[in-house]
Amino acid sequence: MNIVSNLISSYNYYIIIFLMISGLFIVVARGNMMKKLVGLALFQTSVYILYISPGKILNGTAPILRDDFTIYSSPFPHVLILTAIVVGIATLSLGLALVIRINEEFGTIEEDKLFEEEL
Amino acid sequence: MTEHLPAIQVMIPIVGSLLIMLIRNNTLNWLIGVLSCLSVVFCSITLYSKVAISGAISYAMGGWEPPVGIEYRIDELNALFIVMISLASCIIILYAKNSLNNEIRANKISVFYSMYLLCLAGLIGILSTGDAFNAFVFLEISSLATYIMISIGQDKRALVAAYQYLIMGTIGATLYVIGVGLIFVITGSLNLVDIASRINDIELMRPLYASLAFITVGIALKIALFPLHAWLPNAYAYSPSVGTAFLASTATKVAIYLLLKYLYLVFGYNIIYSNPLFMIVIIALSLAAMFGASIIAIFQSNIKKLFAYSSVAQIGYITLGLGIANYNGLIGSTVHIINHSIIKAAIFLAIGCVVYKTKETSIKKLAGLGRTMPLIATCLTISSISLIGVPGTVGFISKWYLVLGAIEQGWWLVVISLAISSLLALIYVGRVIELIWFHEPEKNIIVIKEKLPKEMVIITIILTLATIYFGIDIRLTADLAKVAVENVLLAGDIL
Amino acid sequence: MSELILILPIILPLITALIIKFLWKFERIRYLILIAGPILNIYYISKILTQFNAIPIKLDLITILSGLNISLGIEPISMIFLLMVNCLWLIATIYSVGYMLSNNEKRLDNFFMFFSISIACANGAALADNLLTLFIFYELLTLSTYPLVTHKGDELSKKSGRTYLLILLGTSLCFFLPAISYVYFLSGSLDFIENGLLMTTMGVNSISNLQLSILLVLFIFGISKAAIMPFHSWLPAAMVAPTPVSALLHAVAVVKVGVFSIIKVIVYTFGIDLLFDLTIVDLLIILCGFTIIASSIIAIKQDNLKKLLAYSTISQLSYVIIAILILTPSAIIAATLHLIAHAISKITLFFAAGAIYTSTGYTKISEMDGIGSRLKIVMIGFSIGALSLIGMPILGGFISKWYIVESALDANRWFIILVIVISTLLNIGYFIPIIYKVFFVKNTSKKALKKLPITINLAIFSCCILIILLFLFPNFFIEVIKNEF
Repeated sequence: MNIVSNLISSYNYYIIIFLMISGLFIVVARGNMMKKLVGLALFQTSVYILYISPGKILNGTAPILRDDFTIYSSPFPHVLILTAIVVGIATLSLGLALVIRINEEFGTIEEDKLFEEEL
Repeated sequence: MTEHLPAIQVMIPIVGSLLIMLIRNNTLNWLIGVLSCLSVVFCSITLYSKVAISGAISYAMGGWEPPVGIEYRIDELNALFIVMISLASCIIILYAKNSLNNEIRANKISVFYSMYLLCLAGLIGILSTGDAFNAFVFLEISSLATYIMISIGQDKRALVAAYQYLIMGTIGATLYVIGVGLIFVITGSLNLVDIASRINDIELMRPLYASLAFITVGIALKIALFPLHAWLPNAYAYSPSVGTAFLASTATKVAIYLLLKYLYLVFGYNIIYSNPLFMIVIIALSLAAMFGASIIAIFQSNIKKLFAYSSVAQIGYITLGLGIANYNGLIGSTVHIINHSIIKAAIFLAIGCVVYKTKETSIKKLAGLGRTMPLIATCLTISSISLIGVPGTVGFISKWYLVLGAIEQGWWLVVISLAISSLLALIYVGRVIELIWFHEPEKNIIVIKEKLPKEMVIITIILTLATIYFGIDIRLTADLAKVAVENVLLAGDIL
Repeated sequence: MSELILILPIILPLITALIIKFLWKFERIRYLILIAGPILNIYYISKILTQFNAIPIKLDLITILSGLNISLGIEPISMIFLLMVNCLWLIATIYSVGYMLSNNEKRLDNFFMFFSISIACANGAALADNLLTLFIFYELLTLSTYPLVTHKGDELSKKSGRTYLLILLGTSLCFFLPAISYVYFLSGSLDFIENGLLMTTMGVNSISNLQLSILLVLFIFGISKAAIMPFHSWLPAAMVAPTPVSALLHAVAVVKVGVFSIIKVIVYTFGIDLLFDLTIVDLLIILCGFTIIASSIIAIKQDNLKKLLAYSTISQLSYVIIAILILTPSAIIAATLHLIAHAISKITLFFAAGAIYTSTGYTKISEMDGIGSRLKIVMIGFSIGALSLIGMPILGGFISKWYIVESALDANRWFIILVIVISTLLNIGYFIPIIYKVFFVKNTSKKALKKLPITINLAIFSCCILIILLFLFPNFFIEVIKNEF
């Protein structure tokens, strides 16, 4: 019973952990450079949720300063995650650009084949 | 005006970097780069002297007061590192012009300068910010710039190296952000001073440990602490020589500073020592780096890779000092950050001269360099000897403090390991030196450029002389490090 | 005269080296410079010697940290060492001019340059006033002799050069340097102090026997230039170098710097009283005894004359160390005497070996039947050197052996006496057959001999004179050291 209630009350963390691990797993286990980047994006996304979900307060509203509302979610994580998303996009697009260039130069984006060629 | 210096010294390179992207004239862009670096040097030295007189400076970015706003905090320790980084970047960019013209395509040179400055801005940002999330942003700015700098290298393998570094670097940065997120959830603050003051009241230890672990591993990826170093050798080997010198002497060092700051100023002794296993792991990894990477270095066939692995080993020395964690150990770490960046800048710039002339980085092709390029060969020899830690060179000073620190702790095993790893350094350096001086030059080397540009030779010589000078006169290195350790790291009260 | 005169014995050889390198193309003056360097040096050293009698002098060059500085100073043992190295440098220079020219060696300018630099380093080690300075010059000496070992440039010499560097630098980095930093940690200083640094700063009771034993072992093994087994194999390896190098550096300068450093460390860093009761000293004496006997036995088996001499050097070096480890003032004097006696005798032997090679091309003992009749001066010199090492009266080696035995008797060290007796027999076992062979076995080959340059004969002759002089006037040295104790 305890476990179930724990599972339900902090389900967001379990989702985060699932995303995190699957993202990392893809990065480690896949040899395709494109898929690796997808995994990386997934990994980063989990962090966005990690930041935003604790900021949500039950029954709270959007952080608008008005007398009608007393309980509202913290706006701080949103600001941070906006920045993080920008950084993530920059990284992803640079990564994709690199993959395109690698494909042009080597004719493949599979790591196994690349290393064969390199060594 | 001077009270805005902490912000200005980050802004100058950013503005310079943007300007360079707009102007597409290589010589002009080089000038902009040199000017920006020079002014950063000027700012940082002014700032250091201010800090040295009046103590730590807190600067509220945009007028938003901390802990809500972003705080820039300059103390003796990071001011010292900012001076070091800016000086290194200034010297290296002075050297860069001809080397880059020769090594990379003309239309990429402006991009390189731009990224160089952007990376510098990111590094100075990491050093000066007092905000955990802001540090992440700067970390990513510098890393993105670094990926591009590496990928500009002429060898096509540079692309793969950049991609690998991108994956590893992003994982590292993301792990770091996870750690910061956990701290944020626990303490409700992102300001490092604020966190440090709240962290000791926290009773829920598990998330705190988790965040310590995430942050340490995340930064360790950036540091290239053994065994998380896999990205470093390729990145160093295939980026342009100037890029290698810049990365080797600045980027990893800044990450080490960040780790130092988190361990000693944010989490503090109580937490990092509440479980002795943590420090044991750091020490064990450092020793593994000193041995493992040195042994790998012995078997390298590419000179840049050899010294890249040697960097991994030397990083082990620095983190070892963190693990020893007493007065002498911390001085050893701090001073080795400075000394190692001088040594590695000298070595990679000397290699840059060789590459300029022959485009060869294979060790075999260096045979007989003592006859074909005696000056550069001498520089390479002297600076590699200081890697070993021979007295009279900078390497000795840092090792001396580390050994003293280890003896003070009574860790004889560490003392012996330090000695044996010097021996390993002797082997890989000795191999290069023997080849340079006592072998006949290879016959079939195509010499691309006959004459080395004067400024490249002069700067290499200056850096080489610095490795000797600072091994004898330590007023500017170890003495300042001592002040920093006394006033910042061991100030009793945290931060 | 100011203290600055102390720097001259280091600077002068360096200047000589530079001048040689840059003025090598002027054939007329190059040999003049070569000879002028050592002579000037001896002149200034004798000046220091006379000045030293009045006041002890010390010169701080650079201070890195408090207690960690580079400074020069002088005391009796280093005085004697300095005088010995530079006199033999002069003789060896005269010899090597003849040797190198008759053997058509290449790159003479490099050879003489590094030769002078090595001497500068040896002088620096002699003048060192603290452990750090000693260590720096010790390392520089290794580095500057490395090009001489690999002078031939073939695969064998490169391989030997690697062994040479690896053992010498390796042991000094692994043992010597940690030992130095431990001394610094314990006492906050590295200076050589009369009665011993640790003795004065720590006293007998505040430092445990275990700590002392570890330190002593680190020092003895760290200073592997003294070639105690198991770190001796660099010395036979270094024999690939041209003979003048083997003669001056690997019989005198390099190995003697090792032994000298051990003397310095034991006398001025530990203080002989501090070590007196340690069990580890007994163990080290046994190790030295083993080294003496084992290397003598290896020497008997050698057919290559230079290798034989190298193993003989290893055993003789352990003589000196075993004498030091008796730890009495008279034993230190005996050790210093033996250091000089061995240096002069061994350099004579090497000169003779080089002369044989120059004249006949022989390197193996089995080829040398009957050459004594044709190389009279050389082989008489060889015999004198050999007999001196065996310990024949009227030769220098007798005096020093006598003193060692005497101080061992005083200290009731019967083991040492036993070792000396056995090793003397072994000495006879490997030297006498050679002497017999060259003089009394009939020569079968009719190979024509090259005429020896006058300089080679002159050098051997003057060495023989020195050996006899040492027997006649040992008091010259003994008096100097006695003042100290």
